[in-house]
Amino acid sequence: MDMNQYLDIFVEESREHLQSLNSSLLELEKDPSDKGVLNEIFRVAHTLKGMSGTMGFTRMQRLTHHMEDVLEALRSDRISANSDIVDVLFKCLDALETYVNNILSTGNEGTKEYKAIIDALAGILKGGAPAKSAKVSVKKSKAKPPKENESEKDDPAEAAEEAAAGSDSGLVEFNQYDINIMKKAFESGMNVFQIHVVFDKGCLLKAARAFIVFQVLEKNAEIFKSVPKVEDIEDEKFDFEFTVVVITPNDRELFEQEINSVAEVVGVNVTPITAEMLGISPDELQGASEKDGVSAASDAEDGIVQAAQDQPKKAHRTGKTVRVDIDRLDVLMNLVSELIIIKNGLENQMSAKDSNAAWNESIEYLERVTTNLHDAVMKVRMVPVEAVFNRFPRMIRDIARELGKDIELKMSGVDTELDRTVIDEIGDPLIHILRNSADHGIETREERAKLNKPSVGSIYLRAYQDGNNVVIEVADDGKGIDVGKIRKKIIEKGLESADIVNSLSEKEVVDYLFRPNFSTADKVTDLSGRGVGMDVVKTKIEALGGSVEVETQFGVGSRFIIRLPLTLAIIQALLVRIGSEKYALPLSSIREIDNIKFDEVKMVRDREVIMLRDMVIPLVRLNEVLEVKDAIPDEKKKHLTVVVVKKGDKLTAFSVDSLIGQQEIVIKSLGKIMQGVKYIAGATILGDGNVALIIDNNSLAL
Amino acid sequence: MAKQVSAKEHKQYVVFQIDDQEFGVDIHKVSIIEKFMNITRVPTTPDYIKGVVNLRGEIIPVMDLRTKFGLPFKEADDDTRIIMLKFNEITLGVIVDSVAEVVDFAEEEMESVTSITNDRTLDYVVGIGRIDQRLITVLNIEKLITELTERE
Repeated sequence: MDMNQYLDIFVEESREHLQSLNSSLLELEKDPSDKGVLNEIFRVAHTLKGMSGTMGFTRMQRLTHHMEDVLEALRSDRISANSDIVDVLFKCLDALETYVNNILSTGNEGTKEYKAIIDALAGILKGGAPAKSAKVSVKKSKAKPPKENESEKDDPAEAAEEAAAGSDSGLVEFNQYDINIMKKAFESGMNVFQIHVVFDKGCLLKAARAFIVFQVLEKNAEIFKSVPKVEDIEDEKFDFEFTVVVITPNDRELFEQEINSVAEVVGVNVTPITAEMLGISPDELQGASEKDGVSAASDAEDGIVQAAQDQPKKAHRTGKTVRVDIDRLDVLMNLVSELIIIKNGLENQMSAKDSNAAWNESIEYLERVTTNLHDAVMKVRMVPVEAVFNRFPRMIRDIARELGKDIELKMSGVDTELDRTVIDEIGDPLIHILRNSADHGIETREERAKLNKPSVGSIYLRAYQDGNNVVIEVADDGKGIDVGKIRKKIIEKGLESADIVNSLSEKEVVDYLFRPNFSTADKVTDLSGRGVGMDVVKTKIEALGGSVEVETQFGVGSRFIIRLPLTLAIIQALLVRIGSEKYALPLSSIREIDNIKFDEVKMVRDREVIMLRDMVIPLVRLNEVLEVKDAIPDEKKKHLTVVVVKKGDKLTAFSVDSLIGQQEIVIKSLGKIMQGVKYIAGATILGDGNVALIIDNNSLAL
Repeated sequence: MAKQVSAKEHKQYVVFQIDDQEFGVDIHKVSIIEKFMNITRVPTTPDYIKGVVNLRGEIIPVMDLRTKFGLPFKEADDDTRIIMLKFNEITLGVIVDSVAEVVDFAEEEMESVTSITNDRTLDYVVGIGRIDQRLITVLNIEKLITELTERE
């Protein structure tokens, strides 16, 4: 059988399962007695085993099988979970991930057997845990993440499922409503069948198959109950089999035949349901239907049915989603951009032609539509930061164990959304900062005890939206950055003279950490690492149009604040003119626009600055840095128009010849040949079809 | 595709003029030929990079071959064309005085480079095609484009 077409689905789904295993394992480590989480882990591992088996990846299947054995032992309380067992299980996950990556790149799982891991798993089963460690390094946090509550629900729900499938009578559980329906059916002489359908384990599109079965059924009967629920079946939340109860005038053979003819169905079991089976006596049948019949289900059973009905809630967050190739979204996005450009063009012509009410109205209408369309498309591209954040708890756990520190990662705002492109890029810088915090920020247990700090160090990872930006903060309650040491190092490295260094503010000093090669060269001090590769972090974030800052208090902790633009493709910009050229300045960084007199331009240390409300702001003459040849000379101007931009908490004034106005612009890449051009962040197409360059505030601001 | 040229197969070239010299480029590398249009200058780039143009929503860099080859400046006129060359998913526009025609000749008809061309073009020449009395300098587009991407 040709499996290639299913490879993508397989890889995609395996990754999801591995991710969910990752977070469940972390929860299990926090609370080894949580049976709900354990059941969830078992279920996912089982699914993985089934999937890999179906696809013929036997090594992967074998590994998950061994994993399942251990999980089974945990589930039946033969052994109890501890960090060492979780460690081994994590290793399994890593191995499985390697398999999946191999499959993605080569279509083949590779030849690694991971014998050591399998042996370790077997070891756990044989002699209990390998050298039980007394302490669980990550303490259980008080505030349970909401996810945990969800998975706790698994327990009764799953139990209900089992009960439903395996109850004595072989019947699904009915509530009073169901029984009333059946009673009516019996009264009118219809047949009631319970039909159990089993799909082939290799069935990949089981929801689609189930749909076909449902269609067949609906042709001949009325379905009034389904276990699991129809919505769940549609969402593929069932294990290769489901049960429906139907009312029909037809015979049982018809169903057996018809359903068996559906591809990939391996078993159909049609059980007729009679009034006696439900405990309904013949007299009752004759009785009026309004009368409440005797409840067939005991109270206890009722409870189970209730639980079964709660099932949709326990479902994973996946909900109603469609996977869309990012390229297709880009196409959509480009079309929207075209629309916006046309709209801008029309507006231009408009102002030339002056007032014509109908014309005006249409343009405003077009504007509303493009704006809404733009919003809609942007929203499609938004992904919750959870997509990047979810791997961090595991990472911090591993680092903590490795370093022998007690660290707790507290995350918040995981559902804050960011553009897909940003999400893809932000992972590495965050890993870097988090590692630094865990490695160099948080002190060892002994040090913390000496300092009277809580024994468990905390790293806070926070995401929230702030206007047009998304802010991601990484804070720790560790030792903070020793500014004095950095000052010394700046002098040692001869970057600045001593008196200048001493005049720098704390913040300016800390910013040196982001300089390339600043701390890499000297690794002996305990400062090392703090700042290693920080320049890379900064470059990457700035490439995304964002900024990064540090706040630190020696002995108390540090906080890294990353600001990222919400959207990348379309921004509000200020168009300015310099000579005969037009440039766009991203509006988000503009603080204010001023006309200043030339005598307010002063020289400080060979640099031009302007005085603005007692602030000294460095002046950058855009016509000079951008090499504009036909800029208007100062003598011909009455005053100097400056645009004050903010970078971090520093201001810089850009001089321009004149302002054109605010406009929504579509950011276009300059392409491979032009990328990396100094001072330019991209280009945009104006309403008249000409190209205007977007100024890169970050590289120009002083 | 016709690209797998057997020994005797002919290849097609777009012929254009700069100054009084005729140049040719492999027709497969030409994506479109445009009339001269507004070019937006990009600061801090070499002088032979004229800037960027908007080619149906895409931003394309444009190079002035006159400057690149050290020839005197000439104002754009009605004959001026921008040939959009594409190689390796990268598009580059080149400004030429005029575009004449499409010719074809076999690869073995092409003579290796001699000193007939001036030094600055020499680097970018694949060979010289001869049609009757005309000499057509065939340019190495791959090199022209690759070099730009490696400039940084």
